[in-house]
Amino acid sequence: MKRLINLTPPPASKLFLGLLPFALLLLLYVVASDARLAENANDKLLPAFSQMGEAIDRMALEPSKRTGEYLFWQDTASSLKRLGLGVLIAAAIGLALGLFTGALPLVHAGVSPLLTVVSLIPPLAILPVLFILFGLGEASKVILIAIGITPFIARDLQRRTQEIPSEQLVKAQTLGANTSQIMVRVLLPQLMPKLIDAVRLSLGAGWLFLIAAEAIAATDGLGYRIFLVRRYMSMDVILPYVAWITLLAFLFDWLLATLSRRLFPWNAQGAH
Amino acid sequence: MIEVKNVGKSYDGNPVLERLNVTVKEGEFVTLVGASGCGKSTFLKMLLGTESPTSGELLLDGKPIASEPGPDRGIVFQQYSVFPHMTVLENVMAAVGFAQRGLTGYLFGSKRKQARLDAEAILTEVGLGHALKKYPHELSGGMKQRLAIAQALLGKPRILLLDEPFGALDPGIRADMHELVLRLWQEHKLTIFMVTHDIKEGFHLGTRLWVFDKLRHDPHAPQAYGATITYDLPIDHSARQPAPQTTEQTIAPLLAEAAS
Repeated sequence: MKRLINLTPPPASKLFLGLLPFALLLLLYVVASDARLAENANDKLLPAFSQMGEAIDRMALEPSKRTGEYLFWQDTASSLKRLGLGVLIAAAIGLALGLFTGALPLVHAGVSPLLTVVSLIPPLAILPVLFILFGLGEASKVILIAIGITPFIARDLQRRTQEIPSEQLVKAQTLGANTSQIMVRVLLPQLMPKLIDAVRLSLGAGWLFLIAAEAIAATDGLGYRIFLVRRYMSMDVILPYVAWITLLAFLFDWLLATLSRRLFPWNAQGAH
Repeated sequence: MIEVKNVGKSYDGNPVLERLNVTVKEGEFVTLVGASGCGKSTFLKMLLGTESPTSGELLLDGKPIASEPGPDRGIVFQQYSVFPHMTVLENVMAAVGFAQRGLTGYLFGSKRKQARLDAEAILTEVGLGHALKKYPHELSGGMKQRLAIAQALLGKPRILLLDEPFGALDPGIRADMHELVLRLWQEHKLTIFMVTHDIKEGFHLGTRLWVFDKLRHDPHAPQAYGATITYDLPIDHSARQPAPQTTEQTIAPLLAEAAS
């Protein structure tokens, strides 16, 4: 008998083992939901899949009676716009900060302590400040996401910049490169896949800040909707929405990973 | 060309090198050997400009050597010498771009075409003409070092510094590389300093061999004294030992044998 740490599942059963917990959870849900609904047909806690389907039909395929909009798509579009804008701003500022503090010791000395302290501020704690400064509109939500994840991206990229072997910097200098040439041609291209990695890691936090901001002050959005229908205990809407958010998060992660592999083939398998 | 006058180097008061006094003429091929930690790499770094002497003077053409790396001194490290995000061709073309003024070091138009031709020529010369589109991680150790050498040469340095460039290579590949370095040294009229662990390699390649060691040793305070050049041996080229067999020389008879 081999040691446990040396036992690996054969490829076919690996897929099976991966899907098994999903199937078990689903089964558990169906059984529990059936049991509750059999006792009380009006039970709202564990709606049947047919009820969720009806709810999604209503939200996604029929225009709202009040506004004439398709709420599900309207919510999705609003949320993605906020998240996308926030993450884009964070990525741009984080990349610039990370590159400059990582490459230039003078900038590092001046900016790094501030960056460390700012990264320790809990972003949600300053949400009220943002509401006061920027009002309850789109700006404060986008800024919350940006403020929330910029320090992480900046500090991660700072470390990545410093990790680039100094031999490369010396080599570029012996070829006559000046500081900006080294930053543009040696450091920046090598940071791009790291930036995508950092964005992938910070998207989870991005969703958190988005939903928190929407729950507190919004008139549409995925987070707004699930917190709104909570008042009616509409689990038949909340659960599909949560599943949809999860699917979107998965898709973005996959897209970014694929993009990184396609754009930066030299970055494969820790090539150095 | 290079004058070393009473140069010493210490870290936190612990001397690593002391009382170095040598002169090197243009076109010499100096090999530096010695035990680990004897300061031979430190001396190379002082020539490179990433370290400065704590005492004495290090002069290039009568002027103190710049305290940062510059285009007059090329370098090939044991590893990490090439840019992993550029193809072989781009790596060498970047050398031309970096030699220009400008913010980005990108080349355009006719300059780019010329750089491409130069790069292809030098890559063919070092034997990488077939791998222009490959990324460094797809190359073997020997090919990576060929690329690093090509890149350094296109920067047109007067002095080429080699820091154990072949330390990680197989013996056969190493012999190939020796041949390449000797050829390029003569063609490009370089002055070469090469740090190596392999004394045989040092004798085979150099016109001059320096041995770094400590002259004074206090057993109660091993850090008290630094190393210096204990032997400065001129190597007569006519008496050069026969080169170890190159890969081709090793393989050719085997192939012939297999064919017959």
